[in-house]
Amino acid sequence: MKRILLPLVFVGAYLFSFSLTSFAAIEAEDFSSEELRLRYQTLVDETRCPKCQNQNLAGSDSPISADLRGQIRRLLHEGSSDQEIAGYLVARYGDYVLYRPRWQSSTYVLWLGPIILLLLAAAVVFTVVRRRRDDAVGEGDIDKKNALNAAEQAALDQVLDHSPISHSPIKNDRINNERSAS
Amino acid sequence: MERFKLFIPLLIFILLAVALYFGLDRDPSAMPSALIDKSVPAFTLPSLADEETPVTETFLTEKLFQGEAALLNVWATWCVSCRMEHRYLMDLAKLGVPIVGLNYKDERGAAQRWLVELGDPYREVIFDAEGSLGLDLGVFGAPETYVVDGQGMIRYKYVGVVDERVWQQKIGPVFHGLQESPTP
Repeated sequence: MKRILLPLVFVGAYLFSFSLTSFAAIEAEDFSSEELRLRYQTLVDETRCPKCQNQNLAGSDSPISADLRGQIRRLLHEGSSDQEIAGYLVARYGDYVLYRPRWQSSTYVLWLGPIILLLLAAAVVFTVVRRRRDDAVGEGDIDKKNALNAAEQAALDQVLDHSPISHSPIKNDRINNERSAS
Repeated sequence: MERFKLFIPLLIFILLAVALYFGLDRDPSAMPSALIDKSVPAFTLPSLADEETPVTETFLTEKLFQGEAALLNVWATWCVSCRMEHRYLMDLAKLGVPIVGLNYKDERGAAQRWLVELGDPYREVIFDAEGSLGLDLGVFGAPETYVVDGQGMIRYKYVGVVDERVWQQKIGPVFHGLQESPTP
């Protein structure tokens, strides 16, 4: 008996878990055209559920979301434009319900902020790079910078001439070779 | 100037810290009502006190709010916190605060029984089974309480349970302000 009962309980629990979840958000969505259905999908995707924050209407099972989805369907069938439907929702629930904020004085910072930050960052990068390039010294620059002027060359020659090793022709040659190689 | 540049990161940090610190105090779920300083939306709905059948010819309309400042309290029997709130609404009614109820998406029989069992703080209860007025008001749950002035303009909205503290600090001052200076 026990051997039959236990699997039955599991099967029952399994079926019950389906009945809890899968029927929650099924609603009749009889749209006359594919275009209407797509607009509906966009609207419920871009409208925030007022009750359950951080969820959109499409993803929310709360009663208020079901109501609002129904209203959106009704308005679509009545031929309202997307703007009119957004206006309808905003008039009741405020700008808060729009995941895509409108272009208005309170949202200028929101829309322009990233652009301004990007431009600012670009300006910083540009100036830093240019300054680095000015400071940077290439191969030719090293030669030019390190090149001795006439007085220095004379002083160097004098030192070399008077140094005890300067008369060793081998060493002088090596120095000359190194200089010409570099 | 060079020296000043060294402090720029510190300044940015201080600005951020201050902004975030004040952000801590803000209620992320607070949602300003879109209907503040707008009229109560037009509606034609039955009274909860009416009999189920036959449907009466008399309906309540937004004219209910003409005359004096009143509270509009959204409630339902399925709303657990409404039961908590109910006792304080009774106290307010005893103090003479006019309260209009909006029975939101409820069953008439259950709502009528509620008022018999727990007492009736409402001057009138609008029966909104479909939630149509609730939708026009931007109701997204219960309880919610609106302060409506004598011209039927919504002046304030509070989401959540009204109790002594909420009344003293938030709703009461708005309501008494409306009573003292009735707008022309």
